[in-house]
Amino acid sequence: MEGDVHGAHGAFEPFLPGLVILLPLVGFLLNGALALAAGRRSAEAVRQGREPDFMHGHERPLTHRLPTWIGPGVVGLAFVVALINFVRMMGADLHEPVIRTYWTWMATGSLKVEAAIQLDQLSMVMMLVVTGVGFLIHVFSVGYMGEDPGYPRYFAYLNLFVFFMLILVMGASFPVLFVGWEGVGFCSYILIGYWFTDREKADAGKKAFIVNRIGDFGFLVAMFLLYTTFGTLNFVEIFDQAPSVLVYGGGLVTAVTLLLLLGATGKSAQIPLYVWLPDAMAGPTPVSALIHAATMVTAGVYMVARTSVLFALAPAGSLAVALIGAATALFAATIGLAQYDIKRVLAYSTISQLGYMFVGVGVGAYAAGIFHLMTHAFFKALLFLGSGAVIHAMHHALHHTHSQADPQDMRNMGGLRKFMPITWIVMWVATLAIAGIWPFAGFFSKDEIIWYAGARAEGPYGQWYTLIWVACLAAAMLTAIYMTRLMVMTFHGRNRTGEKEAHHLHEAPPVMWVPLVVLAVLSVFGGWVNVPQAIQESFLGGFGLLPMAEWLHHWLHPVTGPAEEILTRYAGGFAHHAPFGGGELLWAVLSTSAALAVVLVSARVVSGIAYKPAHEDVEPTGLRRVLYRKYYVDELYDALVVRPVVRLSRFAWKIVDQGIVDGVANGLGYLARAFGWIATLFQTGSVNTYAFFLVVGVLVVLWRVAF
Amino acid sequence: MTLDFSTPAHYLVALLPELVLSLWGMVVLLAGVWKKEEEGRPSADDLGTLSLVGLLLAAGANGWLYTAGSTGGHGMVTVDEFRLFANWIFLVAAFLSISISFTYVFRQRLQAAETYSLMLFAVVGMMLMGGSHNLILIFLALELMSVAVYALAAINRRDRRSAEAGLKYFLLGAFSSGFFLYGIALIYGATGTVDVLQIQRVVIQGEAVAGLLFGGIALLAVGFAFKVAAVPFHMWTPDVYEGAPTPVTAFMATGVKAAAFVAFLRVFLVAFDAVYETWYSVFWWLAAVTMVAANLMALVQSNVKRMLAYSSIAHGGYLLVALVAANETASAALLFYLLVYALMNIGAFAVVVSVARQGEERLQIEDYAGLGWQKPALGVFLTVFLLSLAGFPGTGGFMGKIFLLQGAVDSELWVLAVVLVMATLISYWYYLRVAWYMWMKEAPEAEAHAGVMTSMPMKVALVTAVGLVLFLGLFPSVGLGVAERSVAALFEAAGTMGRVIP
Repeated sequence: MEGDVHGAHGAFEPFLPGLVILLPLVGFLLNGALALAAGRRSAEAVRQGREPDFMHGHERPLTHRLPTWIGPGVVGLAFVVALINFVRMMGADLHEPVIRTYWTWMATGSLKVEAAIQLDQLSMVMMLVVTGVGFLIHVFSVGYMGEDPGYPRYFAYLNLFVFFMLILVMGASFPVLFVGWEGVGFCSYILIGYWFTDREKADAGKKAFIVNRIGDFGFLVAMFLLYTTFGTLNFVEIFDQAPSVLVYGGGLVTAVTLLLLLGATGKSAQIPLYVWLPDAMAGPTPVSALIHAATMVTAGVYMVARTSVLFALAPAGSLAVALIGAATALFAATIGLAQYDIKRVLAYSTISQLGYMFVGVGVGAYAAGIFHLMTHAFFKALLFLGSGAVIHAMHHALHHTHSQADPQDMRNMGGLRKFMPITWIVMWVATLAIAGIWPFAGFFSKDEIIWYAGARAEGPYGQWYTLIWVACLAAAMLTAIYMTRLMVMTFHGRNRTGEKEAHHLHEAPPVMWVPLVVLAVLSVFGGWVNVPQAIQESFLGGFGLLPMAEWLHHWLHPVTGPAEEILTRYAGGFAHHAPFGGGELLWAVLSTSAALAVVLVSARVVSGIAYKPAHEDVEPTGLRRVLYRKYYVDELYDALVVRPVVRLSRFAWKIVDQGIVDGVANGLGYLARAFGWIATLFQTGSVNTYAFFLVVGVLVVLWRVAF
Repeated sequence: MTLDFSTPAHYLVALLPELVLSLWGMVVLLAGVWKKEEEGRPSADDLGTLSLVGLLLAAGANGWLYTAGSTGGHGMVTVDEFRLFANWIFLVAAFLSISISFTYVFRQRLQAAETYSLMLFAVVGMMLMGGSHNLILIFLALELMSVAVYALAAINRRDRRSAEAGLKYFLLGAFSSGFFLYGIALIYGATGTVDVLQIQRVVIQGEAVAGLLFGGIALLAVGFAFKVAAVPFHMWTPDVYEGAPTPVTAFMATGVKAAAFVAFLRVFLVAFDAVYETWYSVFWWLAAVTMVAANLMALVQSNVKRMLAYSSIAHGGYLLVALVAANETASAALLFYLLVYALMNIGAFAVVVSVARQGEERLQIEDYAGLGWQKPALGVFLTVFLLSLAGFPGTGGFMGKIFLLQGAVDSELWVLAVVLVMATLISYWYYLRVAWYMWMKEAPEAEAHAGVMTSMPMKVALVTAVGLVLFLGLFPSVGLGVAERSVAALFEAAGTMGRVIP
């Protein structure tokens, strides 16, 4: 399969790469215009005392029909363009990124930043994931959001998000990446608070925004450090010079990587900045699937992979990435065990899986990190959309009977497989994938990360890596437990929805389940693009039947190669056995069998528990309560950070600002106005005065020039 | 084509934009009196449209001149990119000013043909000022422009304030023209020539009579300072700007000022470059005093039109900094800022015209209360213009100030740079006060702004101005690049380069 990447021929000729970015922007503008028109019309209707016409009736207005085609259409087209570029890149021999510069964005002194995009193997993978998964989620949204009054606004936001996400992954320099970085943050904020009339949801948006700002601070400082060191912010130049300019393990590169890591923990919801992601589930479920599972939250992983040269030069920084990743993976998985809200389980699951990706890029297996990013995009998007289908059905059923029960609480579900068989099947596919069962996608990607973490156990910081390896294995087992629990509580056992409500439960419409099926297919086969050599040749790979051994690894090699070289030179390569012996194949067999066993056992255990509907249930006690309350981290942050800051702000506002600053500023203002008033006294309106002053001026000027 | 200045006929080609506008001015004038008694007589709006067409033709001619080179020595006019860039500024200013005049001319029953043709003639004067190498021609152009503008200030003959403005402007303008002409005479006495390039040569070779030369420089500086309304030569400005019809004020505050600055730059940075040390301190003080005093006086204004008058004096102060800096960066910044200034200032005046309804009423700041909520588009536009005038990031005004500061810093004018920033800070107060009234104050009654209407040309002008102000704020390198090339052409032709004070 090497031939696919290297055996090629000729230079890479990009096909309208700017169009990939431009199309979603066009979609945003069109949908935005429709949203404005719709808003204006409904405001008019309200003023005349009518109900806005899209609320009832079957004939939907044009503003609510066009986005159906524009929204998914532009993203689909962008995917097609990306695919053409991908095919061309496969057929070409590309070792250096292709840079497309559009215009000079800013040029001040020695800093010159250009609006440029970078096409290489890494950005290509990201483009395909963003537009491909994005397209499916857009299609799903047509069904899910169809009855929402803000339908065009929703698609405008979603298109805008895709636009910024593409800038993020295609930017050729740190500032351009940062534009995307902030842009997706903003879109995330407006989409979490999409139903902004609900105070709690608007607050969740704000929380995400503020927590992310802390991370951005790190990112910005890292950017300044890089600029003062290199005098440029372009990726290509920095990464070319880095090995010679920066000292391996030196203070500067360690500081830069730790600051970048701070930025990444914010965006990718890692300890300690993960707290915003569970609350971000307040947004519409497809948004959770797209932004808070498949794409935006993986931006931190992408960034680490993109700056892999820097991280490879900073062993302590890399270790920090892996440690935080492992800790988050384990920590979030334990919280996921005790949650009842179906989306919250998935949110913690996402945090946990992102932890795996951090471990991957932290231990230096950059391709493995990106690989898990990709497969995770498939199965986690599937899980979220599937949960969306469930919530959709629950919501309708509860709506019909005017029940106040929570449509997202799994205690209110149960036995749904009878009503929604397709959703049930595809969600099991995703569950097996995330649990790491052979031959589903998650098995290959997660196993690779765990394997590489273990393979570092003999190099520098070996004990730490052993610890990380153990944590990852433990988290993998927990993943199997909480996912099985989710599936059993939702789809199996007795139905707890209620007699009347159960009549109204039904399968999602085709526009929703077709994307689910596509994602399910990807969740099965998506992992086959990077089957490790050892597994491919064994019985798990059908003795060579599975195609494309380590294809993704080879594909990304031009991007990750320099970093891998640095790692090999300074830290030694990866070992060929796990910390306690055993080869890749052995551990793969062990982990998939263990995962399968855990799934079976926990399915039995969970089936045996008699859950009660949420309103009849009591708060859990003991350890489960600690888990249910998410280790009280939100409360802790509130007491340690939020309240002191609020108190400090209040002091700064009342005493410092209103008292001292305002006093001085107002005083100066009065003084300035007094001077102005005196000066205008000369403005008599009489020409004689004016001419007099003119002559005085002439005399002064003559005097200044002459002497 | 290549223009050969040894052939007189080629002068006509070099003067194509000016000639087009002169002829078109007459056409507009004639169209106004044509068939006076009949029904088919062109309306005021037709005449306005006709003048806009003339400006477009002149713009076409100006664009075409970019393709022309010149040989055979140099004449009284040049065909360098500097002149052409300056022409763009005048054309934009005139185009926007005429666009915002339509309703005003109609409602105030001004003589449309006279108003518009005078504007076109004034533009001819500006263009000649910016393009001339010859002090005599610069003077003639200055007078051509000034006389047209004197008349424009007084064009509303039913309004006493308009007449007063015209007369004041004329008396003081004539007075300052005397100084200007006397300055030219002294310089001729000192150097034996009135050609800018030759003066430069004589001055560099040290053959000029020092006393006469310095006296001439001082008087010339006074003449220019009067036109750009630098403190203390600004006394006429608030009265004239307030009294003149608002579109004319917009035109004066931008076009006239731009023309004076462009000629100023050419004369002082080319002819008197070698004796920089003698004149820079004068301009240093003029700039500093203008910035501080104008901003302080603007603080206490409650009449928006008068506030904008002081604001335009203040902007003259900022632009003077570029002359003091006297390097290439600052000169390019000057051109860039003049362009942005024309856009944002006329934009602001356009909103004043709209709000004023019947011509010259509702000019107090209280009259803007609640405007933003009742007329959101106008409110947003005026807010953008005010923010740009104040120098808020994201607008062209901000980038213009940044470039000016960069020029000042390049010449190590630290104190002046600090004064500029402080003055800008003061200006935020009175600009934002208007925005505050628009958005934060309740309108006195629900239909307070019902009579505020914008005609189609006005809308076009507003949208163009807002778009360009934001565009130049977000993508400043586009405008600055052209300005830098234009300035480079000027310095290259003159053989001088931007200086850095040792």
